[in-house]
Amino acid sequence: MATDSNYYVPEESRLPVLGALSLGLMALGAGFALNDGGSSILLVGTALLIAVMYVWFRTVIRENIAGMNSDQLKRSYVWGMSWFIFSEVMFFAVFFGALFYIRTLALPWLGGEGDKSDMIHLVWPEFTAQWPLMETPAQAVGSDKFVGPGQNLSFPGWDKLLGWLPLWNTIVLLTSSVTCHFAHHAMKHDDRKKFNIWLGVTVLLGFIFLVLQYEEYHHAYTEMGLTLESGIYGSTFFMLTGFHGFHVTMGTFMLLIQLIRGLKGHFSSDDQFGFEASSWYWHFVDVVWVGLFLFVYVLA
Amino acid sequence: MAHGPAKGIGRWLFATNHKDIGTMYLWFSFAMFILGGSFAMIIRAELFAPGMQLVKPEFFNQMTTMHGLVMVFGAIMPAFVGLANWMIPLQIGAPDMALPRMNNLSFWILPFGFSLLASTLFMEGGAPNFGWTFYAPLSTTYAPDTVNFFIFGIHIIGASSIMGAINIIATVLNLRAPGMTMMKLPLFVWTWLITAFLLVAVMPVLAGAVTMMLMDINFGTSFFDAAGGGDPVLFQHIFWFFGHPEVYIIILPAFGVVSAIIPTFSRKPLFGYSSMVYATSAIAFLSFIVWAHHMFTTGMPIAGELYFMYATMLIAVPTGVKVFNWITTMFKGSLSFETPMLFAIAFVILFTFGGFTGLMLAVAPADIQYHDSYFVVGHFHYVMVAGAVFSMTAAVYYWLPKWSGKMYDETMGKVQFWIAFIGFNIAFIPQHFLGLAGMPRRYADYALQFTDWNMVSSIGAFMYGAAQLMFLYNVIRTIVAGKPTSVEKTWEGAEGLEWTLPTPAPFHTFSTPPEVK
Repeated sequence: MATDSNYYVPEESRLPVLGALSLGLMALGAGFALNDGGSSILLVGTALLIAVMYVWFRTVIRENIAGMNSDQLKRSYVWGMSWFIFSEVMFFAVFFGALFYIRTLALPWLGGEGDKSDMIHLVWPEFTAQWPLMETPAQAVGSDKFVGPGQNLSFPGWDKLLGWLPLWNTIVLLTSSVTCHFAHHAMKHDDRKKFNIWLGVTVLLGFIFLVLQYEEYHHAYTEMGLTLESGIYGSTFFMLTGFHGFHVTMGTFMLLIQLIRGLKGHFSSDDQFGFEASSWYWHFVDVVWVGLFLFVYVLA
Repeated sequence: MAHGPAKGIGRWLFATNHKDIGTMYLWFSFAMFILGGSFAMIIRAELFAPGMQLVKPEFFNQMTTMHGLVMVFGAIMPAFVGLANWMIPLQIGAPDMALPRMNNLSFWILPFGFSLLASTLFMEGGAPNFGWTFYAPLSTTYAPDTVNFFIFGIHIIGASSIMGAINIIATVLNLRAPGMTMMKLPLFVWTWLITAFLLVAVMPVLAGAVTMMLMDINFGTSFFDAAGGGDPVLFQHIFWFFGHPEVYIIILPAFGVVSAIIPTFSRKPLFGYSSMVYATSAIAFLSFIVWAHHMFTTGMPIAGELYFMYATMLIAVPTGVKVFNWITTMFKGSLSFETPMLFAIAFVILFTFGGFTGLMLAVAPADIQYHDSYFVVGHFHYVMVAGAVFSMTAAVYYWLPKWSGKMYDETMGKVQFWIAFIGFNIAFIPQHFLGLAGMPRRYADYALQFTDWNMVSSIGAFMYGAAQLMFLYNVIRTIVAGKPTSVEKTWEGAEGLEWTLPTPAPFHTFSTPPEVK
């Protein structure tokens, strides 16, 4: 067994440079795809990235099972995951920051508040600031460049509470955080059966959340006239919930992998970092949702 | 663990060794430095005389943009990451970086990212032309089609930075040798730890900014378009929330380098070690709450202007602590002036000069005069070039014998220093005068009264450019034909774990951690 005085430095590996190649292809391919150059390079890059990640994580798991990871090395993984989540926090902070800036400063200014109101009235007469923004400045001056949404998704009032999808999404996601914690608790006591059940429930709840989210988007696009193009309300709404949904997708997938590993007999009470890292990610995604629920839905 | 370097190209492509990866970072950044430098030479050649001589205005805009992007993201940042890769494990007694494979991934993303960015020069529509700050709507509504490649390039370069930073944090926090407490860390390690924290905090912000651009350009959102209820000023807030910490990401490792070199050649311990650590932390903290001093002319409520003005001035306090400590370290020291020391002293003088012009720019009412003028260009080149690049050059001369086992030619080093030092000042002092006289930055042409100082500036820039080719020659000549040295302590006054190792440093070091007393 490795000890603190023997930190495992891996042999040369082909994975990183292939990973970099795949990211390069994806960046190039995404550029081509948006500039009408077809999406084949993007697809190749994505496929390569998935393959690299599969082999990479398989390698790391095998190293751990082979006992090559000292406690010190495991701490490196802990630090790595923690700071990765911190970087994700900052990524969401930008979009929240944009939302707050628009709501509390930019829109009121556009509506004529502040000491630049005379000038702004010259450019956007007739515009009234409101949130959710149902009529864009462009609409107010008779342009159809950005048409505001027909309806918004903010709090519908107590009488319609039970039919309000975001509430159910909140319940589903918060519950999944609890079941995820139960799974962790079970593995800490080496109760594999309970671990698998609770983790399975968590994955299922994640999946249900995604289905509901899809339902909401579908509804927004087809019936509410709420799209990416419907002004800043649509922009912030879809970017915040969209990136969150993407993270839920990733988190669900990560937990699914841990479930498969649990079924294969991986993990024990003192060696379960793959699961723990995924669960931290899951709790983080959950906290982001609470922020979304408050600032995108309830306080709108 | 006992494996040596692999043979052939595989050694570099599949590397997990911090020294090999550090070397690749350093060479890559030097290649980018030459590329970005050649863009600068084109800019200065065009500005040598009024009127359009060499390039078209559209191409000039691409040059100013690409010069900034390549220098900031391709030259300076990777150079310091390379230095971190080489030196942090040696300075804290670690066997390698904490996550060696991710380390190599961080590096190899860069050649792909910058090939993508540079390839836009040859695409229809040309390279990004909206300035390295890529303000909306220049970078959205009015951007060339290649902007999508720029955006995705920034995405992967940012991912590289985040992974590199996470690796450094994990290494410093987890791989210190027994007895190497936090307050015994060499200052270079401390400054990099704080830099890495800044990177993890703000690179995602940059990713968010370019993502919003991407959506505005391609998917009809209106983040930066007032017609849909957004605000172009929002872009500037987000960009500078990234951009101001980014400035310290560039300069903090330079502080660390200088804090290593000055004590060595003063033959005295660093004065005020703990105050250096606290000052660095204070600068990092302040960097998050001063961003809008870049936007005094953009339009802000007066309370905002005042707040950002005073908060910015506060930065002078911890920075002053640092400058004071460097000078006090030299005070009554037994000084000698080898090339690294010359660059380090030049750093202290010129960086302080750049700091003072920074203070001038912090004064909101005065900034309205200086904003977007050549004064700003002069100011930040004192910090970026005489700050970051001089310290980087100092670091290479300082540690090259330990890396390569060869001694550089002292005379050649000193000649290079003086050409760089004189060339630099001839290039950038006049830019302050030009700016104060009213010459705007980023213009391909100028009014006749600006001719003289522009000519002087261009001559200085060519001189400085020549000094870099000389630097390249010095480094290659040292590696190929330098005088072999096996002295552990290249410099008699040097302290630290890296100087307890054999010279050149073996492929694997500190496989068993040393005991630090």
